[in-house]
Amino acid sequence: MVKIGVLALQGAVREHVKSLEAPNTEVVIIKRVEQLDDLDGLVFPGGESTTMRRLVNKYGFFQPLRDFAEAGKPIFGTCAGLILMAEKIEGSDEEGHLQLMDMKVERNAFGRQRESFETTLVIDQVADDVEAVFIRAPLISEAGEAVDILAEYEGEIVAAKQNHLLACSFHPELTDDARLHQFFVKMVKEAKETRPAPETARPV
Amino acid sequence: MADRGTDRVKRGMAEMQKGGVIMDVINAEQAKIAEEAGAVAVMALERVPSDIRAAGGVARMADPTIVEEVMAAVSIPVMAKARIGHIVEARVLEALGADYIDESEVLTPADEVYHLDKSGFTVPFVCGARDLGEAMRRVGEGASMLRTKGEPGTGNIVEAVRHMRMIQSQVKRVIGMSRDELMTEAKNLGAPYELLLQIQEHKGLPVVNFAAGGIATPSDAALMMQLGADGVFVGSGIFKSNQPEKFARAIVEATTHYDDYELIGRVSKDIGEAMKGLEISTLAPGDRMQDRGW
Repeated sequence: MVKIGVLALQGAVREHVKSLEAPNTEVVIIKRVEQLDDLDGLVFPGGESTTMRRLVNKYGFFQPLRDFAEAGKPIFGTCAGLILMAEKIEGSDEEGHLQLMDMKVERNAFGRQRESFETTLVIDQVADDVEAVFIRAPLISEAGEAVDILAEYEGEIVAAKQNHLLACSFHPELTDDARLHQFFVKMVKEAKETRPAPETARPV
Repeated sequence: MADRGTDRVKRGMAEMQKGGVIMDVINAEQAKIAEEAGAVAVMALERVPSDIRAAGGVARMADPTIVEEVMAAVSIPVMAKARIGHIVEARVLEALGADYIDESEVLTPADEVYHLDKSGFTVPFVCGARDLGEAMRRVGEGASMLRTKGEPGTGNIVEAVRHMRMIQSQVKRVIGMSRDELMTEAKNLGAPYELLLQIQEHKGLPVVNFAAGGIATPSDAALMMQLGADGVFVGSGIFKSNQPEKFARAIVEATTHYDDYELIGRVSKDIGEAMKGLEISTLAPGDRMQDRGW
């Protein structure tokens, strides 16, 4: 049994909950820091990254989220969630938010809403025909050596994985195609099996 | 192969705004304050609704300079209002690059019979509604997002509450109906039958529904969320209060944590005075913006 949370400060939360449904998987909505404790994996949903970052700070999620990743627990970020995870962001000061993945992202890289689109992508390790909805989407402009590139769209990186961290520029949660989410659920299950049990959980 | 302006792309944009606050702004400075406070989008206007009310005359689409100024100032999405049925204002806003268009009763309608055919646009639309019939007619025309009409520019929440309760109760009724009752319900509501079928199938509205029209305090915003709103629009409420920065932040927090009363109490302290409100019954029939459109 694994427990996966969806960070619910703002954005499309319910859609992720639906896409994560799987056997032996409990999905919960996370609004408070204390709720992170018993999770095995976490999803950062799409939404407005500026808004989410402010709420992350406001409610003291910043360090606990970094600790969560540090503990080897899987995180999956979509769109705004990908921006939160990046080491660097193109633009004025370049400083990323949580700085979990060794990559640089460009916000609103495809333009404004009228340029938003949907397409079908080849995603390495997942499938060759995954439906993807891009909304004012970011892209990964640079990826470090530790980062595996999972998908590209017209030569630009739109999905990547770094060990237990997964991120994509598009919104798999807006489609009925749950294969990328199920790939993440598998990552969570595998991570739980290999992660050493916490000190307190050991029998005396 | 990329498809632009599909339903998923247009409705999805509104999905990303859920749980958030969309704020009316009239210049770059206000837009930055809104973004800083955590707004998920801003609505670029020449005047906020309460000033439109005070000014009288014909209210039109904002000067494109203002829309461009706001788009240049913030990285969050920028919405703008077009008059009901004004095809050209809407196309101009789309050409300017507005991220969402509000076909809005706050402006003086350009057409008293027909709303825009919104399905033909690449840019998504939000429209106001007082009940499920009106809401589904707008979705039928291609709206990708709904909001209550409320009574804009009054700082009085009563009409937004009425409209949200009405729509929620009608949605529940439709979900509970048997198939043979649906066509009669469609006739009575004046709603497309196919959309009522969708409501039954998905156990809810096919698009996001925000609250708008009279939200003046953090508690008002939280109230609308409790009544089932997916998020809130705040028009005059923020920049007509006397401490807009604090007020904007408090409304964002109350919207996120709409069922945490201690928090709402805390954020409602020392934020200055809310905008002055208007009693709806004192409005002349012609001043009721919610009666514009059908």
